[in-house]
Amino acid sequence: MTNLAAEQELMARYRQRKRLLSKLFGAVCLMAMISCVAILAFLLISVLWRGFDYLGWDLIRNLPSRSAAKAGIWVYLIGSLWLIGLTTLFAVPLGVGAALYLEEYAAESRWKRIVQLNIANLAGVPSIVYGLLGLGIFVYILNLGQSILAGALTLTLVVLPIVILASQEALRAVPGSIRQASYALGATRWQTTWRQVLPAAMPGIMTGVILAVSRALGEAAPLVAMGAVQYVDRAPTSVWDTFSALPLAIFYWAMHSKPEFHDLAAAAIIVLLVVLISLNMVAAFVRYRFGKKVRW
Amino acid sequence: MSTTNIASDNPRRSLVVDAARLRRYRIEGMVRYVLMVCAGVSVLTTVGIVVLLLFESLQFFGTVSIVEFVTGTQWAPQNQQYGILPLLCGTLLVTAGAALVAIPLGLGTAIYLSEYATPWIRETVKPALEILAGVPSVVFGYLALIVISPIIRDWVPNADPANAACAAIVVGFMILPTVISLSEDVLRSVPRSLREAGYALGATKFDVTVKVIVPAAMSGIVASFLLAISRAIGETMAVTLAAGGTPRITANPFESIQTMTAYIVEKTGGENAHGTPEYRTIFAVGLTLFVSTMLLNLAAQAILSRVREKYE
Amino acid sequence: MSRWSENTVEDSPVAVGRPTASTEKILRSASELAGSPKKFATTNVNFWYGTHHALHDITLHVPENCVTALIGPSGCGKSTYLRCLNRMNDMIEQTRVEGQILLDGLDIRGPKVDVVDLRKRVGMVFQKSNPFPKSIFENIAYGPRVAGLKSRDRLEQIVERSLVQAALWDEVKDRLNDSALALSGGQQQRLCIARALATDPDVLLMDEPASALDPTSTLRIEDLIFELKENYTIVIVTHNMQQAARVSDQTAFFYEGHLIEAGVTNEVFTNPSKQETEDYITGRFG
Repeated sequence: MTNLAAEQELMARYRQRKRLLSKLFGAVCLMAMISCVAILAFLLISVLWRGFDYLGWDLIRNLPSRSAAKAGIWVYLIGSLWLIGLTTLFAVPLGVGAALYLEEYAAESRWKRIVQLNIANLAGVPSIVYGLLGLGIFVYILNLGQSILAGALTLTLVVLPIVILASQEALRAVPGSIRQASYALGATRWQTTWRQVLPAAMPGIMTGVILAVSRALGEAAPLVAMGAVQYVDRAPTSVWDTFSALPLAIFYWAMHSKPEFHDLAAAAIIVLLVVLISLNMVAAFVRYRFGKKVRW
Repeated sequence: MSTTNIASDNPRRSLVVDAARLRRYRIEGMVRYVLMVCAGVSVLTTVGIVVLLLFESLQFFGTVSIVEFVTGTQWAPQNQQYGILPLLCGTLLVTAGAALVAIPLGLGTAIYLSEYATPWIRETVKPALEILAGVPSVVFGYLALIVISPIIRDWVPNADPANAACAAIVVGFMILPTVISLSEDVLRSVPRSLREAGYALGATKFDVTVKVIVPAAMSGIVASFLLAISRAIGETMAVTLAAGGTPRITANPFESIQTMTAYIVEKTGGENAHGTPEYRTIFAVGLTLFVSTMLLNLAAQAILSRVREKYE
Repeated sequence: MSRWSENTVEDSPVAVGRPTASTEKILRSASELAGSPKKFATTNVNFWYGTHHALHDITLHVPENCVTALIGPSGCGKSTYLRCLNRMNDMIEQTRVEGQILLDGLDIRGPKVDVVDLRKRVGMVFQKSNPFPKSIFENIAYGPRVAGLKSRDRLEQIVERSLVQAALWDEVKDRLNDSALALSGGQQQRLCIARALATDPDVLLMDEPASALDPTSTLRIEDLIFELKENYTIVIVTHNMQQAARVSDQTAFFYEGHLIEAGVTNEVFTNPSKQETEDYITGRFG
């Protein structure tokens, strides 16, 4: 009798310990998540705090200067706009075209599998390697020099896998019944693709394009590797001009010997992040607004 | 309009191909060709990378022996010392440190999100992670150099101003989204039946998670680690800014070191004479970088495709 | 339980026999069927999905301006056969067809035949209604548009004519620019029929067009089929034997990739010549 009671008590304690352990484990995992969020918040706030004094119209419209108080990001901002404009121009048709080929045209074959694996791999190639490619091919072999065109072509290769993979996913989400209906009405493959599949996949493709644009906007490594110049005194006016870009400004100012430039870099970071977060919000909006409307 | 008047007003159409249809076939064929070229660009990119890196590297190995490159312990191209080990050591140190930060934090967060979190928390944290994934590398470099480095120097007074540790910490944060989102996906794709079987036996959440779900999702989790590590190896701007820039073989995380990627930035950022051995070093280093990240990516892809087969 | 089984017995076509007297009039007689020109004449059609031999030597004639019903248990090849008639199976990879399929005497698999034009002449309605995520007008105008028709007036005429034919015009004439996805299931299916009619086909292929619909909508579709057969040749795949008995002039019974028997619907249902057919229509399997 006493033996049984003792055993029951032992079991109860064991169960209690187990429950405690389970709770503890949940708490540890929660702590992991909270510390991620907390550290990030701390880092972002410290940037805000440092760069706050430099925010203002002068920051946007001033040219580079030896004095941090007078320096602005105008030429870098314009350089970045040129870059992402051209990159989008090149990467979107190429990427969507490749996705259409893989999803709508290519038959299941070894060649298709190779292309697919190749794209997945390109997505994982470090961006600096693309910079080397840009340096070797665009700058020297095609002799484009350190021009905006060479920079945009390099960035195109960086973001191409993103556009392709996102577009493919969007195309795969279009139900086959739409294609069947179109073919059964006597539409050709291209008519079906152009008039039905592509419009239905548009929200997904747009999200991918916005992701690619944000990536292109933040990339510095490939531009440094292809030899984008550090200092320009005027905004570029054509694709053949040399250029610099916003992330490059942050890079050089962060390494500057005068600490005021570090605060200037923080202000530039704020501008960059505001643009990036707005782009992300546009992407979320597109997904939400158009994702809801089309239901099958 | 009456339903009786429905007869075709076209004469019976012929099915036989005529000139107009031939024209349409040509257009269809052309479109297919153009799209194929688009897809071909990605293949050409890979070919371009491989050919360029191999071509320049082979020329480099024409002047510098490959044995010296692989086994030399000094990296000082200006003095004709071309041992890549110091750069490899720097990359390894940063990568290992980043993994030390990202793997426990990432796995813990992924488990919390997949097993414990309410849908509301999950729907809030996941977009936040996407934004984190979109923060440019140069911003993390800035944070490492300007914010984290002073904190580290408070604790470790004789640390170098820029050192491996602060680079490793930020790189760890940069690869967190990769670890979390992929691991969370695999954890959630573990079939419900497995979970319910565990709970039906009276197991606690801890038991089910640690003894059933995580082991079932292990290969996918490992794949996410491999992808994250590959990203850490290729990470450039943050380590260039934060790690210092002194190629050396060391295990001390508070010393200034240089990674392969940072070396490429240093050499290409300055004026370099096109065609000299020094110029070619960057391609030899680039080839090493390309091959190591590609092997990790391929391994991760292989594991992931097997995981997908298992659960679909 | 017992009540339920009684009901099923009552519902089975043999027990019910031919439906209403009015439909009896419209169904074509054996001599009419024999006298109609052959719209489709298929001879020894074989079909493979990869290595799976899905159709074995199907020889079947589809008479003009008649309704031909293809019946049989799931996986018997009836839908596969239907999709051979407008070459929709071309879209599926690793499939192979052999044999002869003549449309008005012309081999539709011949080297000089354009599959796109074939599909304009042989319209198709699918099991699950699949309107495009566009307006009602755009859905119907799509076929003529891809055929190169640009005139707005002409398109409006065609849209109206097709909707009237599909008995949908009165319900939607005031909201042609609304999304087709806002229509009810039965309306969507009639929209799909209207859409198929807009390309002015000779033949309509229907792959279980009413299987996802409620009884009222199903009846409306069946009425529609009756009206349409005056001007079109209709081939319909159906799981529902009462439906086959109600609407079709000719019935073909498929089983495991073979055509077991085909003949005047009345004949097949009341006096089948093969044991499998009898077993199937009396509900012994399938």
